Amino acid sequence: MKEKLEQIKAEALRQIASSDALEKLNEVRVNYLGKKGELTAVLKGMKDVAPEDRPKVGQLVNETRAEIEKVLEESVKKMERAVREAKMKKEVIDVTLPAKKNNVGHRHPSTIALEEVERIFIGMGYEVVEGPEVERDYYNFEALNIPADHPAKDEQDTFYITGDILLRTQTSSTQVHEMEKGKLPIRMIAPGRVFRSDEVDATHSPSFHQIEGLVIDKNITLADLKGTLAEFAKELFGEETKVKFRPHHFPFTEPSAEMDVTCFKCGGKGCRFCKGEGWIEILGCGMVHPHVLEMSGIDPEQYSGFAFGVGLERIALLKYEIDDMRLLYENDIRFLKQF
Amino acid sequence: MNTALSWIKAYVPDLECTDQEYMDAMTLSGTKVEGYSRRDNNLEKIVVGRIDKIERHPDADKLIVCQVNIGSEVVQIVTGAPNVKEGDKVPVVLDGGKVAGGHDGGPLPEDGIQIKAGKLRGVPSNGMMCSIEELGSDRNMYPEAPELGIYIFEDDVEVGADAVEALGLHDTVFEYEVTSNRVDCYSVIGIARETAATFRKPFYPPQVTVTGNGGNVEDYISVEVEDKELCPRYCARVCTNIQIGPSPKWMQRRLAASGIRPINNLVDITNYVMEEYGQPMHAYDLDMIAGHKIIVRRAKDGDSFRTLDGQDRNLDADVLMICDAEKEVGIAGIMGGENSMITDEVKTVLFEAAAFNGANIRKSAKRVGLRTDASGKFEKGLDPHNAEAAINRACQLIEELGCGEVVDGMVDVSGELKQEVVLPFEPDKYNKLLGTDVSKEEMLDIFKMIELSYDPAANNLTIPTFRQDLLRQCDIAEEVARFYGYDKIPSTLPSGEATTGKLPFKLRIEQKARDIAEYCGFSQGMCYSFESPKVFDKLLLDADDPARRAISIANPLGEDFSVMRTVSLNGMLTSLATNYNRRNKDVRLYELGNIYVPKALPLTELPDERMQFTLGMYGDGDFFTMKGVIEEFLDSIGLHKKIKYDPNAGKNFLHPGRQANVIYEGTILGYLGEVHPEVCDNYDMKARAYVAVLDMPQIVPYATFDRKYEGIARYPAVMRDISMVVPKEVMVGQIEAVIAQRGGRILEDYQLFDIYEGDQIKEGYKSVAYSITFRAKDRTLEDADITAAMKKILNGLEGMGIELRS
Repeated sequence: MKEKLEQIKAEALRQIASSDALEKLNEVRVNYLGKKGELTAVLKGMKDVAPEDRPKVGQLVNETRAEIEKVLEESVKKMERAVREAKMKKEVIDVTLPAKKNNVGHRHPSTIALEEVERIFIGMGYEVVEGPEVERDYYNFEALNIPADHPAKDEQDTFYITGDILLRTQTSSTQVHEMEKGKLPIRMIAPGRVFRSDEVDATHSPSFHQIEGLVIDKNITLADLKGTLAEFAKELFGEETKVKFRPHHFPFTEPSAEMDVTCFKCGGKGCRFCKGEGWIEILGCGMVHPHVLEMSGIDPEQYSGFAFGVGLERIALLKYEIDDMRLLYENDIRFLKQF
Repeated sequence: MNTALSWIKAYVPDLECTDQEYMDAMTLSGTKVEGYSRRDNNLEKIVVGRIDKIERHPDADKLIVCQVNIGSEVVQIVTGAPNVKEGDKVPVVLDGGKVAGGHDGGPLPEDGIQIKAGKLRGVPSNGMMCSIEELGSDRNMYPEAPELGIYIFEDDVEVGADAVEALGLHDTVFEYEVTSNRVDCYSVIGIARETAATFRKPFYPPQVTVTGNGGNVEDYISVEVEDKELCPRYCARVCTNIQIGPSPKWMQRRLAASGIRPINNLVDITNYVMEEYGQPMHAYDLDMIAGHKIIVRRAKDGDSFRTLDGQDRNLDADVLMICDAEKEVGIAGIMGGENSMITDEVKTVLFEAAAFNGANIRKSAKRVGLRTDASGKFEKGLDPHNAEAAINRACQLIEELGCGEVVDGMVDVSGELKQEVVLPFEPDKYNKLLGTDVSKEEMLDIFKMIELSYDPAANNLTIPTFRQDLLRQCDIAEEVARFYGYDKIPSTLPSGEATTGKLPFKLRIEQKARDIAEYCGFSQGMCYSFESPKVFDKLLLDADDPARRAISIANPLGEDFSVMRTVSLNGMLTSLATNYNRRNKDVRLYELGNIYVPKALPLTELPDERMQFTLGMYGDGDFFTMKGVIEEFLDSIGLHKKIKYDPNAGKNFLHPGRQANVIYEGTILGYLGEVHPEVCDNYDMKARAYVAVLDMPQIVPYATFDRKYEGIARYPAVMRDISMVVPKEVMVGQIEAVIAQRGGRILEDYQLFDIYEGDQIKEGYKSVAYSITFRAKDRTLEDADITAAMKKILNGLEGMGIELRS
């Protein structure tokens, strides 16, 4: 009996080994392990075995069955894997074929720059506010220490609607509206469109954008202005950026300054981009003039503050190396897609 | 302002620094230097040579061969210059040297021109004699130089000496950008004072002394000022026995470096003093002044006057004139008249140094259409005290230059002159504003250098009158900061109460609009706020369309930029057309920008600035693509109720059958549609274009970022399809309204899945099919529920003439 079982096993294993398809393996399963299979037949022949030998034979049969099952199972798995692999081999694609894109649109470079600036100042606790683009003379000039005959009024080449109503030439007008609200302290930035009567060319536009900044609190110093704007420059142009403050004059701040940043192309060594200077002028700033505070009802003995104004297009042009301002208003899709 | 460094150094003799150091230090202390140019740039190995002998070139008629003595040796030079003769002293560039430019005076090459020994038509030539142009200058600066020829020195220069030195070209011209508050710095003395303070070197301004001839000015001239407000001070002095001739070389060189052409000693003196003191001067021929009397008064409306450039100028009563007893002789502060012009025959000169009202001069210059160096200075509002110093300086120079005799005395007519400002010295205040810890002593050192005097007893600072910009303590703090050094002020962050950074709700909605537009493939454009009034015709607006009531700019850049837009479409259509004509395919643009709606015209109050979200596209996509963008946007900002569309939008610029107002809760939020083909023609665009305009002020009140979770349905949905034959004029929106209204609470959704017109459908009808979904939140629906709901819907539809298809 034992030999018979060995023989069956050997034959089964041989058939398994020679099977080249899943169906054949299934045949082996049916032929040896099925209800009418050979091992079942052996069990059926148990009645001819002496009762005392039956357990032993039973055990032998089970062992043989387990062994065949095991080998069979492994072969099935192996063969299934081979079949799947063969299938995948046929499914190879050319991964360099073009992507199926959703064709997402693009933000205007000036807006990208604006959102950068807003992000930085919101992070420092500033509120973004807006003011009117068509403005009264008082807010654009007089309340900013630029009275009727002031030369700065000429320098700004204002578009007038009536004698008293004009297109704002600077977002600084928003400072006044904010101060007049009487809520202190103030930390705000005011982005917006401004207008000056410059003919359109590669570096001028009659309409452009500024971002005004204003901080008013007790004990605000010029050192605070320096520190804040240095932080801003690092965030906007990179950690390595250094700043330089030069004295300047604006009617509504005193002391006043212009801020340069190290050229972000050459890092300050001097290159064609910064005309060899290593520095690029980026904004005007200063301590809010006490008369400006007084006019808006803030006591300059108690409060001080600083203000700054950044030209948005200037930042966009510099940061993205755009060489002609007219591109910003042409809206050629080939330009916009680059941002 | 351009000034030679040598002129500054005349008053700050201890100054020692490189050009770059000078530029950096001055800029950091507030006198911004825009740039500088070395006048000896690319001038190398150039000496004074004397032509000992001239011979004809054996093989060329137009060339001569010169033996030139350069001190150490005699070199042979061949030249084609026609103007040299034996004995002339000339600049000679030697073999291996460099000159700045060509003899034609064209643009100077960056690296100059190298000169090498060589042969000219077979004859060796070991250098080159130079014209003034080759030395990088021109005849405006060196009027004694010949036209098209070699520069010839006067005889007093030494043979073999540095020719560049002899021409005064070892110098650097600095260009300053002076801020409008620093009137005192529009002068060499002002800049020199700043230089001395910046480098902490002593400052030696010119010492003005006039000998005088013993006469009395009042015997020569009297002055009457009618309008003291427009002319706070008028100083007059007289010089006799005038000898017109060239001014000395040193004066010519300084003027030339400042960009002023030397003319003769008298003119040069007035120009020199204007540069040096920042005080414009005028010289009249006293013999032409009728009655030897000057009257300063306003012109009369309609007067005309011929200025010394020969132009007739129209005047009005706001223009201040200088007159004699009979006639006008000059426009105050702007330009003298042809009738009193100095000629070479002048014998007696009347000098005028005055202070005029800056704002008035600025306006007058605009009115008469003439801006001069003088008016440019006057309009900044000059210090009346400076006039006296300047006129005395001019008289001193008349004497020193041997140009004439000075009559003793000055006629001085002045109103009340501004007094010196006195401020208490408050060092703690300055430090508190600056965030610094500058010592009291250091502050006082700084003040001394800039001539603020300190009275320790009263603890007061007295501000000199030339510093009109120093009025308050913050101005004094800036002086401390400038000379202490902006770079030495620490960098800190504001202390005090913390504040929360915020983006206001309106701007958050606009940000969402940008996001959604971009997800949908639209790129952001930017358009001008002002445009041409012709736009209204291009957009086919009716004659009485309210949008035609636009705000006009009083002084526009031209008609194309003359009215504030009341419709945002022109910018969008122009941009689409630009793209179309550049053959860009499938373009989608959006813009967020204001329109300006006047409440009344002419404006008495500020207009309504309305933010418009404008979308435009051509190429891939249609009306419904645009509709999809609108719905995505409105959904993203919390407008979750049904958006309605009214085809009667009444927009002339849109296709009459393809336009709709966008309506939410009964409010018109905006409109969309296909652009009218005639409008497309007007914009030169030959594609179908679609636009949408959303009026953000109407949208923001409905918007919200609040969201509530409603749970995910737990009970199954039941779907029913209905297929209908519908009269063509019935819009699916009407069908949907019936479904929505009659579906009851169990109605979850309905979707159009087929719409068809054609062969199988009878004339005047279309086939429409909907899939309707029902679901209850709390139970599984039963057939009876659905049947009841469907019955209500179907009854409603039948009432509209709709037939159900089996």
